Amino acid sequence: MAECPVCGGTVNLGDDTVEGELIPCAECGSELEVTAVNPLVLAEAPKEEEDWGQ
Amino acid sequence: MIMKVGFLHSLIRPEEKLLIKEFESRPGVELAMIDDRKLSFNLGKDHFAYDVVIERSINHSRALHALRLFECAGVKCVNTSKVATICGDKILTSIALEEHKVPQPEVRIAFTEDSTIQAIEEMGYPVVLKPAVGSWGRLLSKVNDRDAAETILEHKVTLGSYHHSIFYAQKYIDKKGRDIRSFVVGDECIAAIYRSAEHWITNTAQGGKATNCPLTNELKDISLRAARAVGGGVVAIDVFETDQGLQVNEVNYTMEFRNSIATTGVNIPNLIVDYVLKAAKE
Repeated sequence: MAECPVCGGTVNLGDDTVEGELIPCAECGSELEVTAVNPLVLAEAPKEEEDWGQ
Repeated sequence: MIMKVGFLHSLIRPEEKLLIKEFESRPGVELAMIDDRKLSFNLGKDHFAYDVVIERSINHSRALHALRLFECAGVKCVNTSKVATICGDKILTSIALEEHKVPQPEVRIAFTEDSTIQAIEEMGYPVVLKPAVGSWGRLLSKVNDRDAAETILEHKVTLGSYHHSIFYAQKYIDKKGRDIRSFVVGDECIAAIYRSAEHWITNTAQGGKATNCPLTNELKDISLRAARAVGGGVVAIDVFETDQGLQVNEVNYTMEFRNSIATTGVNIPNLIVDYVLKAAKE
């Protein structure tokens, strides 16, 4: 479990969570990035950039 | 013998996580995560211990240049920088398709507002104006008449970077609510989905719904020809169904497939990992 940096809600994470993973906060809907796994740290995910995606 | 696979990434999306799990399940494979946000190159002096690098960056510009830099350091990459260069630019993609005689919608390219208006009117409305570099259906404009064309072109020139002043206009295809995305891994077209939407933009990133699409011989043939035209590897082909047969819209080199595994019943990450490990040995 970790705390959402946007709303302070609880975010449940699986054992297979990896650094850099994108996770949605179930409470506020924010898109979060796992910036560290031991201990778990979440940050607001970077905003979509012009050259993202396929 | 251990095979060392470099996994170039930024954010880890569901696709990357599935690929990581697949690599980690393979005996004799050591996966090294390479976050492009922490990466720097020492040109001419880099020595990387990777047998192969798989590119899964979310940013096209970083992916393109990192691939070329890894190749310069002697590292085999999937996909190659050549494929990334062509697929990342719709103009270069259309040129490659034309040179390989792969059917595609009519396309005009021009560099000023006046010449673009003239080109569009020669082609006939409606057309779709697209940024040469861009994905997920962003900034696509369906232009139905001259008023709209003038307005959109003026906005692009005034508000956009110089990239938005190289105009790529594609004849609008009435998709009747769907298009096809097919997946090619090496010499095989492995699966395909229909992407359906009421909106004329059918990208799943824009809400398009994915359903399984049968692999007909025509679809497999045009998909493989499009893949070869851009240099091969692991690519996803966007295909239109038209009265003149199938036509290729775009080719994607860091394909997203989260909506396509359950839909098609094909283990896409498994096949990608097979391909990458095989490529490392060649």
